[in-house]
Amino acid sequence: MALSLIVLCSLAYVMLLFYIAWRVDFSAVRGKSPVNNAYVYALSLAVYCTAWTFFGSVGRATTGGLSFLGVYLGPSLLAPLWFVLLRKMILISKNQRITSIADFISSRYGKSATLGVIVTVIAVLGIVPYISIQLKAVMFGINTLTHFGQAAPAPPAELWLDGGFWVTVAMAMFTAFFGTRKLDPNERHEGLVAAVAFESMVKLGAFLAVGLYVTFGLYNGFDDLFTQAQVHEATHKMFSLQDSGITPFSWNMLMILSLFAIMLLPRQFHIAVVENTSPRHIARAMWVFPLYLLLINIFVFPVALAGKMNFAANIHPDTYVLSLPLANGANWLALLAFIGGFSAATSMIVVEATALSIMFSNHIVVPLLIKTRSFGQGKDLVSGAHRLLDIRRVSILFILFMAYLYQRSVGSTYDLVSVGLISFTAAAQLAPAFIGAMYWKRATHQGAVAGLATGFLVWAYCLPIPSMAQAGIVSRDFIDHGLWGISALKPYALFGFSGVDPVSHAAFWSLLLNTWVYAIVSINTKPSTLNLTQADLFVNIHKYISWQDTDILKREAKIGDLKNMLDRFLGETRTLALFREYETNNGVSLTNHQVAQADLVNFVETQLSGAIGAASARLVMDSIVKEEPITLDEVMRILEQTREAVEYSRVMVEKNTELKTLTLQLTAANEQLKNLDRLKADFITTVTHELRTPVTSIRSLTKILLDYRSELSEEKIQEYLQILVGESDRISRLINQVLDLEKIQSESIAPEALQSVDMEALVSRTATGMEQLFREKEVAFSVQNDVPGACEVQGDYDRLVQVVSNLLSNALKFVPQGSGWVKARLFHQNGFLHLQILDNGPGIPPEKQAMIFEKFTQLSRRDTGKPQGSGLGLFITKTIVEQHGGLLRVDSKIGEGAMFEVRLPLDRFAKSTFAAAKN
Amino acid sequence: MSDRREANLLLLFITVLVLLNYPLLSLVDRQDRWLGFPALYFYLFFVWLGLIVAVALVVRKRKK
Amino acid sequence: MHTPDSAAKVLIVDDEPNIVVALEFLLQREAYQVQKAYNGVQALELAAAFLPDIIVLDVMMPGMDGFEVARRVRQMEALEMTKIVFLTAKGTQRDKEAGYSSGGEYYLIKPFDNEVFVNTINEIMAYG
Repeated sequence: MALSLIVLCSLAYVMLLFYIAWRVDFSAVRGKSPVNNAYVYALSLAVYCTAWTFFGSVGRATTGGLSFLGVYLGPSLLAPLWFVLLRKMILISKNQRITSIADFISSRYGKSATLGVIVTVIAVLGIVPYISIQLKAVMFGINTLTHFGQAAPAPPAELWLDGGFWVTVAMAMFTAFFGTRKLDPNERHEGLVAAVAFESMVKLGAFLAVGLYVTFGLYNGFDDLFTQAQVHEATHKMFSLQDSGITPFSWNMLMILSLFAIMLLPRQFHIAVVENTSPRHIARAMWVFPLYLLLINIFVFPVALAGKMNFAANIHPDTYVLSLPLANGANWLALLAFIGGFSAATSMIVVEATALSIMFSNHIVVPLLIKTRSFGQGKDLVSGAHRLLDIRRVSILFILFMAYLYQRSVGSTYDLVSVGLISFTAAAQLAPAFIGAMYWKRATHQGAVAGLATGFLVWAYCLPIPSMAQAGIVSRDFIDHGLWGISALKPYALFGFSGVDPVSHAAFWSLLLNTWVYAIVSINTKPSTLNLTQADLFVNIHKYISWQDTDILKREAKIGDLKNMLDRFLGETRTLALFREYETNNGVSLTNHQVAQADLVNFVETQLSGAIGAASARLVMDSIVKEEPITLDEVMRILEQTREAVEYSRVMVEKNTELKTLTLQLTAANEQLKNLDRLKADFITTVTHELRTPVTSIRSLTKILLDYRSELSEEKIQEYLQILVGESDRISRLINQVLDLEKIQSESIAPEALQSVDMEALVSRTATGMEQLFREKEVAFSVQNDVPGACEVQGDYDRLVQVVSNLLSNALKFVPQGSGWVKARLFHQNGFLHLQILDNGPGIPPEKQAMIFEKFTQLSRRDTGKPQGSGLGLFITKTIVEQHGGLLRVDSKIGEGAMFEVRLPLDRFAKSTFAAAKN
Repeated sequence: MSDRREANLLLLFITVLVLLNYPLLSLVDRQDRWLGFPALYFYLFFVWLGLIVAVALVVRKRKK
Repeated sequence: MHTPDSAAKVLIVDDEPNIVVALEFLLQREAYQVQKAYNGVQALELAAAFLPDIIVLDVMMPGMDGFEVARRVRQMEALEMTKIVFLTAKGTQRDKEAGYSSGGEYYLIKPFDNEVFVNTINEIMAYG
C-alpha cells in the first residue's frame, strides 16, 4: 500500500476530529454542551483502550493466553465502587478546583509543593514508556501496511529521516491544538472530550470489523475457529492460563495493577474527574464503560488464534490485526484497522500528554519560575496567560520527545504490553497516598512523601533500569549478581523472591514497601494545621458539599494586589469578569484600595489554583497575603481534631505546675475579653440572619423572574414583584433601625442635649405626626394627664420622641382594625414620671413578656401569622429609657390588651441617676 | 435507599472479585469447551456480562 | 437532561412564606409534587400523611425548630427513606454538625442559589 494513501487517510481523519472538536467547543460557548451526557462520558472513559488494546492484546494473547483480559477485568470489577469512590473524587475535586492527580494529592497533604513535584515526576517518568508504545504502534502500523511481509527497516541514525520522529512531532502539534487552546481555570476541554468519545467509537467499530472478518470470513464462525485452534500445536496452549505459563500470582497482580490504573493513570483521572460535567453521569458509566471493554475484547482471542495458526515467526503478533486482512487481500479493511489503531493511539497521547503537561507546568515549571522571581513579578511581562500556555506547549513537546527517545533506545526490544505494564506499575505507586487521601484522616504529608518515594525507587530499580540494561544502555551486571554483588538486591529477584515475571515481582515489592512506609511514617509524624484542615475536607467532603467554608485561616490582602496578580496568570479580561462575578454573587462593590477579607482571598486562590495548581497558588498568595494570627477559638477547634494533639497539650500542662497557674490567669483574662466580644458577635450574627431572610427570597425570586419570565403568568409576575418590594422595605427598615441602634448605643446622651421636656406636649405632638396612620386603621387615640403642674423631665428630646413613637406604632400594629383604641396616661409616683401606653390588642402571653425587649424578638400577628417590623424597636426604646435612668416594663393579659409603662426620674434625681447609668 | 444500593454494589464487587480470582479460577482453567467456546473464555465473559447486568440493575432509577 | 420521577414528592417547611413561594415554584417547575408547611408541628403532620421523598427544612422557626423536626422524622418508620435537606441561614460549622447529627443528609445555606438548590434535589432523586 502506498505511504501517501495512508498519510492522506490519517490526515483526513485528523481533520474530522478537529471539526468535531471545533463544533463542540462552539456550541459549548453558547451554553449547550453536547458533552454533558452520560454516554459521552462513558465513551470518553474508554480512552483507557489504547494501541495496547488494539494491537498489543492480540500479541499478548499469543504468549499469555487469556491473561490479557486481566487488564480489562480489573476496571470492570472496580466499576460498582465508582458510585461511592469516583463520586467522592469528583466532589472533592470540584470543591477544591483540582486539575490533576498531582494537584489532588498535593492538596490533600496541606497543599504541599514537594508532593506535587514527586507525583509529577512519578507520573511523567512512569508514563513515558506508555506513550512510547503508542508512537511505536503507529510507526509499525505504517510499516506493516507499506512493507507487508518484509523485514521492518532499521530506523536511520539521523533524526529527521526517521518516520517515528515526524509522527512524534505531528502528535505534539495535534495535542497542543486540543489541550492548550485556551486557559480554563477548570481545565475543561469540551472539544477534546467529544473527539475522544468519537475516537472510542471508531476504534471499537474497527476492531469489531476485523474480528467479524476473521471469525466469520476466514473461518466459519467461533466453533470452527476454536476447534481448529485447539488441535493446532501452535495455539493449543493458549486455551489455558496454566499451559500458557501464567501463575495465579501474576494474574492477581495484573488485576490489582489495572484496578488502580483506571483511577490513577493521569489521563483516566483527567477524563473521569476533571472533565466530568456532572456526577450524575457516573451511574450510567458504571455499566456502559465495562460493556465497552467487554465488546472490544470479544474478538481479541479469536484474532490471536487465527494469526498464530496462519503466520510464521517473521510476522510480529502485535501486527496480526493488520496482517490478517492484508494476507487475505482485504486491503481496505487493513486500512480501516489502521485508522482504528491510530485513533486509539492518538486519543491516548492527546489526553495523557495534556494531563501530564498540566501537572508538569503547574507543579514543576511555574513554582520554579516563581521561586526565581521570573514569573508573575515585575512589570515587563507581556501576559501571564500566554506564557502559561507556552509552558504547556513546551511541556507537551518535552514529554513526547522523551517518549520518542525511550522508544528508539529501549522500547524497540519489547512488545507493546510488556512496556505498558511498566507504566501501570508506576501509576499504581500513587494508590496508597491517593486512597489514604480520601479515607484515612491521620495520613500525613511526611507519610505520603516517604511512601511515594519508596515505591518509586523500588519500581525504578526493578523495572525501567533493568530494561535499559537489557537494551544495553547501562551495564547488566547488577541484574545477574545484584547491586554491589549482593544477591538479595537482584532487580528481578529482590530479597530472594524469584520465579515470577518481572512486572508482578516489581508490583509486589514496590506496593508493599510503599504502603508500609506510608503507614508507619504517617502514624509517627505530626500533621501541620493546613494538612489537618485539608484532611478533614477530603475525608469528610460530604460535610462541605454545599458550601465552601474553608476559610479557617483568616487572611487579608489589598484588593488591588489581588487583581494585579490574577491579571498576570489569567489575563485582564478574565480577571475583570471574575471580580464582577464575585461582586454580583456577594452583592458588594470592590475598589482597589480596600482590604479583601478571607472569602475573597480564598476565591482568588481557588481561581488561581485552577490555572497553576494548588501548591503554586499557595506560594503566590503567600507573597501578597498577610496571614492574621488565628484566634484561640480556631486553634482549639483545630486541636480538637486530633486526640494526639489534645493529649499532648494535657501532658504539657500537667508537667509544668508553674505554667498551670499562669494558664489559669490567662484563661480568666481571656474569658473576660471573650465575654465582651461575644455580646458584639451575638448581635452581628442576629443582624446577619435577619438580613439573610429577605435577601434569600429576593435573590431567589429575582433569579426566577430573570430566568423563567416567559413561563410565568402576568399575575404571578405581579405577585413576585410585590413580594420583592415588601422584602426590600423590610431590609431598609432593618438597616435604618440597626443604624439607629448603633448610634444610640455608641453615644450616651450628651450633656448639651439635655433639656426640660414637657412629656404631655411631646406625646400629643408625636401622635399628631402619626395621625394619618391612626385614621387609616380607624383607631381612637386619647391622652389623660394626671400630673399636677408642669409635666416635665430632664432628657434628650429627640430620643424621647423615638420612645413615644415606637410605643405608639407598636400598639397601633396590634390593635384591631375599626374597633381599636390606644390611650396614653401620665402621672407622678415615687419621684418618677409614669407614661403608660394602653391598647386593646390581643395581649402578650406571659412567657413572651420578658422576651419582647430582647433584640430581634417579633410577635406574630394572629390574623396573618406574619411578623412585622425588624424586632429592634422595643430594644431601642428600652435602651433609650435606660439611658435616661428610667425603666420600661410591660403588663398584659391575653385577650385584654397590653400596657407599656415608661418611668422617667423627675429632674431632682437626674444628676445622680445619669452618673449611675453611665457607669 | 442509597445505603442499600451502596451495600449491594460493595457486595457485587466482592462477589466478582472472588469469582475472577484464584482458587475459583483454577476450576475452569481447563482445555474443555462449553457451548463451543473455550471453557475459560466462556466463563470470564459470562461473569463479566453478569457483572455489567447486575450493576445496571442496581443503579437504575427508582420507579414507584 | 434529567427529568425527575413523576411521583417524586417534596415537602417544604419554612416559616417565611415568601421563601416558600420561591421554593415551590422551582420544584414544581421540575415536575415535583410539592406540599408546604409553615411550622414544625404542621410539618410533622403533613409528613406523616404525604410521605415525601425529600423534606426541605428550615431551622429557625417559632415553636419547634428544624433540628427537632428532623429528629422526630427520623423516629417515624414510614419516613425511613425520606431525605432531609436543611435550608437555613445558620451557617456555622457547629450548626451544620447539629444538622447532621439530628438526622439531616444535606445542608444548604441561605441565601441559596436557585440552580444549586434544584441540582441538589435532582441529584438526591437520581441517587436515592
